[in-house]
Amino acid sequence: MGVLVGKDTRVVVQGITGRDGSFHAARMKEYGTQVVAGVTPGKGGQEVSGIPVYNTVKEAVERHGANTSIIFVPARFAPDAIYEAADAGIKLIVTITEGIPVLDMMKVVKYLDERGVRLIGPNCPGIITPGECKVGIMPGHIFKKGKVGVVSRSGTLTYEVVYHLGVHGFGQSTAAGIGGDPIIGTKFIDMLELFRDDPETEAVVLIGEIGGTDEEDAAEYIKNTSYPKPVVAFIAGRTAPPGKRMGHAGAIISGGKGTAEEKIKAFENAGVKVARIPQEIPLILKEVL
Amino acid sequence: MNLYEYQAKEIFKKYGIPVPEEELARNPEEAKRIAQRIGRVVVKAQVLVGGRGKAGGIKLAETPEDAGKKAEEILGMEIKGIPVRKVLVSEACTIKSEAYMGVVVDRKEKKPCVMVSPEGGVDIEEVARKSPEKIFKLHPDPVYGLLPHQARELCFKLYEDPKLAQEASSILLKLYKVFVETDASLAEINPLALTDKGLIALDAKIVVDDNALFRHPDIEEKREIEPGEEKEIKAKEHGLSYIKLTGNIGCVVNGAGLAMATMDMIKHFGGEPANFLDIGGSSSPEKVKAAMEILLSDENVKVVWFNIFGGITRCDDVAQGMVQALREMDVKVPVVVRLTGTNEDKGRKILEESNLPVYPVASMEEGAKKAIELGGK
Repeated sequence: MGVLVGKDTRVVVQGITGRDGSFHAARMKEYGTQVVAGVTPGKGGQEVSGIPVYNTVKEAVERHGANTSIIFVPARFAPDAIYEAADAGIKLIVTITEGIPVLDMMKVVKYLDERGVRLIGPNCPGIITPGECKVGIMPGHIFKKGKVGVVSRSGTLTYEVVYHLGVHGFGQSTAAGIGGDPIIGTKFIDMLELFRDDPETEAVVLIGEIGGTDEEDAAEYIKNTSYPKPVVAFIAGRTAPPGKRMGHAGAIISGGKGTAEEKIKAFENAGVKVARIPQEIPLILKEVL
Repeated sequence: MNLYEYQAKEIFKKYGIPVPEEELARNPEEAKRIAQRIGRVVVKAQVLVGGRGKAGGIKLAETPEDAGKKAEEILGMEIKGIPVRKVLVSEACTIKSEAYMGVVVDRKEKKPCVMVSPEGGVDIEEVARKSPEKIFKLHPDPVYGLLPHQARELCFKLYEDPKLAQEASSILLKLYKVFVETDASLAEINPLALTDKGLIALDAKIVVDDNALFRHPDIEEKREIEPGEEKEIKAKEHGLSYIKLTGNIGCVVNGAGLAMATMDMIKHFGGEPANFLDIGGSSSPEKVKAAMEILLSDENVKVVWFNIFGGITRCDDVAQGMVQALREMDVKVPVVVRLTGTNEDKGRKILEESNLPVYPVASMEEGAKKAIELGGK
């Protein structure tokens, strides 16, 4: 089970002939994901790790019933790749690409919302339902099947947290990296809603960071809806200086807003326990479960 | 990328937004000469930090001599640690009232947000805190943009005089155009002053989305490297993201979230991070080498800690880069290494076979403690 991706997920890899696209297409296939096709315009007819390559997403959908896309296309061509996936009837688009301009993303998100297409990312590590399906770039072996839903704005920090969860015997129902950009398709609240309705998920680990108010919004949502499952949070960037973009385009404290302190306070006000360092997360989970 | 006031106003001017008569000066003589042409002027420090006025970086000058004197005072000062190297010599206007106009990216709504307020001339965040009812905003459709009727609706809230409201709404439409066409994440007029010559943008702020700079080479060209920024720029050229901090533990991390958590953890255990450094995904050996060079050029750095959790980054690439860097450079500080994730076995093997003096650690916590132990507190 888990959410968004699972045994029925049929993946098309957009940008499959590039360095990262080809490498991770092979890793996803090894993990057991049904990677049914790849797309690189102009390279139709080739094969990558035994995966057939097409010129268009439409062909991949028609011939192989692809229902999910993962995008490795460079930033300046990525919006078009997303539009193409949506127009071909793909319902879940995972965009790994980093560096897409914000104004482009606002248009993309509107286009997808109007068509009922879900976007994960951009600038994200993807999503995994351990033991079933990996649509992303995360090292699959650290994830284990289990009861904890994980949602994070970060990539490698998620791996760090999942590693510690594993040490204490906590597997994951689904782990989603939602991306480090200012405009992203799926936010904390969206994932919390999905995890709420997933019978397999018993608790949620939420990994936030400085910048924006997505964490505060999630805290308010948890409080207002009396969220039925325990949530444990971690916020990165307590030592980040204001006004500086900390790697992620979205990780910036501006106008005194978006600090880690504010986010931690918002969660604590909502009754959510906040870990100070990643390895505290499983210890807190043991308390609340 | 933040633009200076004078750069933002150059763009405004191109779009037909009224700005005062003004010119940039880099020394008192220039300031004096400009004032001779313009008359009564305001001399304004050009720095990329807020609170210039309070710090004494904005001064009125009645005569050209006075303008030279004021420029000399301002050019010698530091504002929030940043030395002032340029001043804008700007026509002094008689101000009847000050309003605010701005366009920002609203992350929550996933749309642009256009805001106006009759309370101009002060920090808009301050207005938002104290009297939010004085801020009027709406979210234009990102595809169709700000429509004239939407601009009018907002500006009729700013001015009772319909002529002024029309004038303001024409300026607001132009500001929105600037926002879109420069790929800004913020475009702001504060204050928009009502003067005897009509509405004028007395101050301007534009922040351009770094991710969109590839389609704005003209703006990228305007970048002026500030003292202390050289390393950040060098890092960017190598596809790294670096921010200098004041501690002594240099860290090299893949991924922004983990890099922040690494800094937080160093602090948590009593150390001080020297920097934020994200080597990003797809890390090549060249990138790792560049990272080492940047860190070691900071003389505060007493120990370097590699905290790598491979995903899209392959541990063998990082290890290769480290070996190459350590062999070619004269590295005198201890190097702590934590490698986990994609191709970690290959990475560890490369390090082992290199026989280089590195301290391998198994976890992030161990890495933080080891780095603090080796680097001192």
